[in-house]
Amino acid sequence: MDTVTLEGTEYNVLAKRPESLTDKPFTYCPGCNHGTTHKIIAEVIDELDIQHRCIGIASVGCSVFSYEFFDFDFISVPHGRALAVATGAKRMRPNAVLMTYQGDGDLAAIGTAETIHACNRGERVTCIFVNNAIYGMTGGQMAPTTLLGMKTTTSPLGRDATRIGWPIKMSEMLSPLPGAAYIARVSMHDAKHILKAKAAIKKAFRAQLEDKGFSMVEVLSNCNVNWHMTPEDAVKFVKEKMTENFPLGVYKDVWEEEKAAKQPKKEEG
Amino acid sequence: MSDDRVFMKGNHAACEGAYRAGCKAYFGYPITPQNEVTEYMSAHIWEHGGTFIQSESEIAAINMIMGASAAGARAMTSSSSPGISLKQEGLSYIAMMELPMVVMNVVRCGPGLGNIAPHQGDYFQATKGGGHGDYRLITLAPNSVQEMAQYVYDAFNLADKWRNPAMVLTDGTIGQMMEPVDYTSMPWMEPPDKSEWQLDEFQDGRKRHVLTSIWLDPADMAVAHEKLIAKYDKLKKEEVRYSEYRTDDAELLVVAIGSPSRVTHSAIRILRQEGLKVGLLRPITVWPFPYSAIREYADSKHVKAILVPEMNWGQMIEDVKLAVLDKKPLHFVPKHGGLTFTPEDLTEPIRAILENPDNPDTLWRVS
Repeated sequence: MDTVTLEGTEYNVLAKRPESLTDKPFTYCPGCNHGTTHKIIAEVIDELDIQHRCIGIASVGCSVFSYEFFDFDFISVPHGRALAVATGAKRMRPNAVLMTYQGDGDLAAIGTAETIHACNRGERVTCIFVNNAIYGMTGGQMAPTTLLGMKTTTSPLGRDATRIGWPIKMSEMLSPLPGAAYIARVSMHDAKHILKAKAAIKKAFRAQLEDKGFSMVEVLSNCNVNWHMTPEDAVKFVKEKMTENFPLGVYKDVWEEEKAAKQPKKEEG
Repeated sequence: MSDDRVFMKGNHAACEGAYRAGCKAYFGYPITPQNEVTEYMSAHIWEHGGTFIQSESEIAAINMIMGASAAGARAMTSSSSPGISLKQEGLSYIAMMELPMVVMNVVRCGPGLGNIAPHQGDYFQATKGGGHGDYRLITLAPNSVQEMAQYVYDAFNLADKWRNPAMVLTDGTIGQMMEPVDYTSMPWMEPPDKSEWQLDEFQDGRKRHVLTSIWLDPADMAVAHEKLIAKYDKLKKEEVRYSEYRTDDAELLVVAIGSPSRVTHSAIRILRQEGLKVGLLRPITVWPFPYSAIREYADSKHVKAILVPEMNWGQMIEDVKLAVLDKKPLHFVPKHGGLTFTPEDLTEPIRAILENPDNPDTLWRVS
């Protein structure tokens, strides 16, 4: 176990900041899940020992400055284009590990085409998709994933399906594409689910490292500020309403499929 | 290709120039009249250790190029006018992040879908930035198949020298026509080392590299942008290129680029036989633009008038006006809709201008 000596006394180190995070304090709002999501991603990267091979793609939204917190090479790119940029970089550097970190507006509205086609090409990149059902940075406008009835600054009467359609389900949309290797939806509403999220993120990076194809983890998160809730109520909303609309689970698992393909087929009759 | 001198199409020659410059990535989307670039790249870039993707859109293509360039590779995309419009967002970011790359515009007629005939309507877009914000692309304007190859090759070198995106601005005629090309002036080269700033998998033992175009504090943004402007000022001093044809004694100076500059050549040959003193100054870099060279002719005693023929309603002529001011009468002959010039389209107005340098039929005024 690591030890640290402070004023002559030796202490055991039980927990510390992952190597893959810089020492810059997070600038996210209190109660927001971005900080915890960054931390578990950094822990996974440490555990896989790939920090010095990682190239991060920062998108546009609350996570626009994510490159200040992750401690590896990074590029900040136009709104919605992260997976196209990741594609170009990965094709030139197949031994690098590419991660995009994108919000719902970025990935599921303005960048929908880039998302679908990166997945369909089976690009060896890992996408962390933070779904909090709202545009946080611009001040609480409706997102493609905003739930029906949810009030935002651009759906002041609540989202109405007849006018603007339904919350878009990206994990369900992408998982049938053959290029997808691993697609999972996780939630950040309690410790148990955060651990599950971390396990999913690790699998997503493994899919890239093992050259299996495209991987994405959809992370259900809260935005207590723009949801106009207390942090506690916002977490409850994720647990009860977000997971109801966006069912958690693994939508594509290439290893499970490979396993199933190896099973001897049952004789008919 | 074993032989250095071959007969080929402009759009294909551009690819060969790119391969020789060490281009390892081409991402693009089909659009006429530049499909031969995408097709040729899809067939041959593999032989040069490169990668091709037919992207889902022009937007995706330029962003893939952004990624490839950030990763240190020499990368290129191409399109024609409507597709180039879609690439402008990406070019703005690429310019601010100082990523070297090459984009070729085989210009067709617009606005809107327009048609697939050659045109020069994208001059403003190519030379004044094009996307949002205040930036410039190094822009080269070839007028032959030879130059399609050479200027793509040169564009890669200029882009890396200055860490700036470079554009090759051509038109449908130059892209589609066939001519012999000699590649001896384009020796095979490996891309330069970019390990100082590129994103890669060798970060152990070095500081991480971050590429960004966001500075929230206006004071910081001003500093970042000043750096860019200082680079542009240097570029204007060091990289202006143009060619001259029979300008020494010219009483009428034509300033033209692209396929109209070729027609101007023919017109000059006809007029010189009649004893008329006509010459051509052809900007090769349209950004930076050869203002001083044109100004010298405007100041000279032998030049009586200046003529700009363009396949648009007057774009490059505004740059020429900035050089000429009111020192000499400035004339304009347009072609539009995708129609192309014949030598007679030029010889006739030139004869009239030489008879009366203030001939109102072609005289161009700011307002």
